[in-house]
Amino acid sequence: MQIYLPIAEMSVNVFLLLVMGGGVGFLSGLFGVGGGFLMTPLLIFVGVPPAVAVGTEANQIVASSVSGVLAHWRRGNVDIKMGLVLLLGGLLGSTFGVGLFSFLREVGQIDLVIRLSFVVFLGIIGLLMLYESLRSMGRRRAGQSARGKLHQHTWVHGLPLKMRFRRSKLYISALLPLGIGFLVGVLAAVMGVGGGFVMVPAMIYLLGMPTSVVVGTSLFQIIFVTANVTFLQAYANQTVDVVLALLLLAGAVIGAQFGVKVGARLHGEQLRGILALMVLAVCAKLFFDLLAAPADLYSIGVGH
Amino acid sequence: MRRRAITAGDGMRRALAAAALGIALLAAPAPSRAAPLVADLSQHLVAITTGFTGTEVLLFGAVDEAGDVVVIVRGPDREIVMHRKSRILGVWVNTAQMTFPSAPSFYAVASSRPLDEVASPALLKRHEMGVEYLRLNLPRAKASANVADEWRQGLIRNQQALGLYQKTPATIHFLGNRLFRVRIALPANVPTGSYQVEVFLLRDGRVVTAQTTPLHVSKIGSEAVVYDFAYEHAALYGLIAIFVALVAGWLAHLAFRKS
Repeated sequence: MQIYLPIAEMSVNVFLLLVMGGGVGFLSGLFGVGGGFLMTPLLIFVGVPPAVAVGTEANQIVASSVSGVLAHWRRGNVDIKMGLVLLLGGLLGSTFGVGLFSFLREVGQIDLVIRLSFVVFLGIIGLLMLYESLRSMGRRRAGQSARGKLHQHTWVHGLPLKMRFRRSKLYISALLPLGIGFLVGVLAAVMGVGGGFVMVPAMIYLLGMPTSVVVGTSLFQIIFVTANVTFLQAYANQTVDVVLALLLLAGAVIGAQFGVKVGARLHGEQLRGILALMVLAVCAKLFFDLLAAPADLYSIGVGH
Repeated sequence: MRRRAITAGDGMRRALAAAALGIALLAAPAPSRAAPLVADLSQHLVAITTGFTGTEVLLFGAVDEAGDVVVIVRGPDREIVMHRKSRILGVWVNTAQMTFPSAPSFYAVASSRPLDEVASPALLKRHEMGVEYLRLNLPRAKASANVADEWRQGLIRNQQALGLYQKTPATIHFLGNRLFRVRIALPANVPTGSYQVEVFLLRDGRVVTAQTTPLHVSKIGSEAVVYDFAYEHAALYGLIAIFVALVAGWLAHLAFRKS
């Protein structure tokens, strides 16, 4: 059954969209990730214009983050003060990002920048995750548990504007979460991702937040940042397709249920290893597309 | 369901139109006094609805005596921005840009015989019969003649790849010497707006007469509502999109909690 997407202006099979939503939803349930970094490239692969893929995916992430954060909220795993500081950075970053997006679209470089950003970030994250999971798998086999130092004093702790974050048991400079929030906001706007895959490692390794509050706090921040991106993309670029977002969401909700059940039976490091390989596969596909000679040197851009 | 109803309606209208045309021809007193060319479309409105996957419009008509018929379908003219890629550090990057101030958003041609047999290149060029004769002008200051031609060919190739410019002219079928018909295919991504369908009657390489019929392509129903709303009330559309996502996420959470 074909459906005509009003903003993407193309006719797509409904079941394909449901299966895509379901597949990415399954993975996000399985690995506990947002899935935007897989869905946006997938949408581009099936022919949705990259600009519409990014705007629409931001809209879908609002919905999936809401359902995620409610569960964490009930367990008290959200550091609201930290979330608000991250959010301030995120709102600034995403507003700047949408402006950057409009500018790049105007000069005909947006497709390239979206693809390049995905190659760079998926490549880095994929390799780090693969390394981490292989190391911990090796460690488990060797039967020893390595334990890092509880507190390391680095240049990070010399920054001004120190703030106390009680829920995270931290006393650090507010500039740090502001900066991370800003960077993730730019990524959300340009790449159509929640940015959890950048923020979660940054919160753990850079800020030193306890793992229990990391996911809930990042989801809390992502809701508002992607909502801001959705609004600005819809307002400035008209690239949010609500019909497409709802179809993907319907699939994702169902897929995620199965993902969570299957994930409970697998080991964490194995899961991270599989996810790392998938991230690297998507990265490689995008990378080779950039290198391959285009079918036509000439292409049609966006009219005014 | 809605799609099927429309198709059935089309069939009815086509049959009625054909019958009306037959009666008109029978009633015509003498061939010499009849109009040299009569033509009409099976429908003047193409509705893009939820299930739209492209459609065909039937053009039919009659001529007073044997001749060649050429039909041109043109979508509304638009400004089209083109990019050209070149290789930078192994990656293909858009490095040049050119804007066609006015190019048809859709173009198709049909003729009763191959176009080069119907008329001279000069006449084909004057009436823009055939993709290669489309007047796609670039601002003269921006591109020399041969560079401009490369951009023009690039535009045509891209539009052809999208199915918006036809690759080979369609054939007009004659029923006997006087009645003709041709199906004009419109793809799923057909641009919306007011189209012009020009019908030319040619004899001995000259245009005897021509007729223009309008054709409207527009989004109908929920697609049109969503699209218009997204462009005309962009801020409100953004807020609604967020609200819908919040509600959908909350519902999903409820569903999760139950299981």
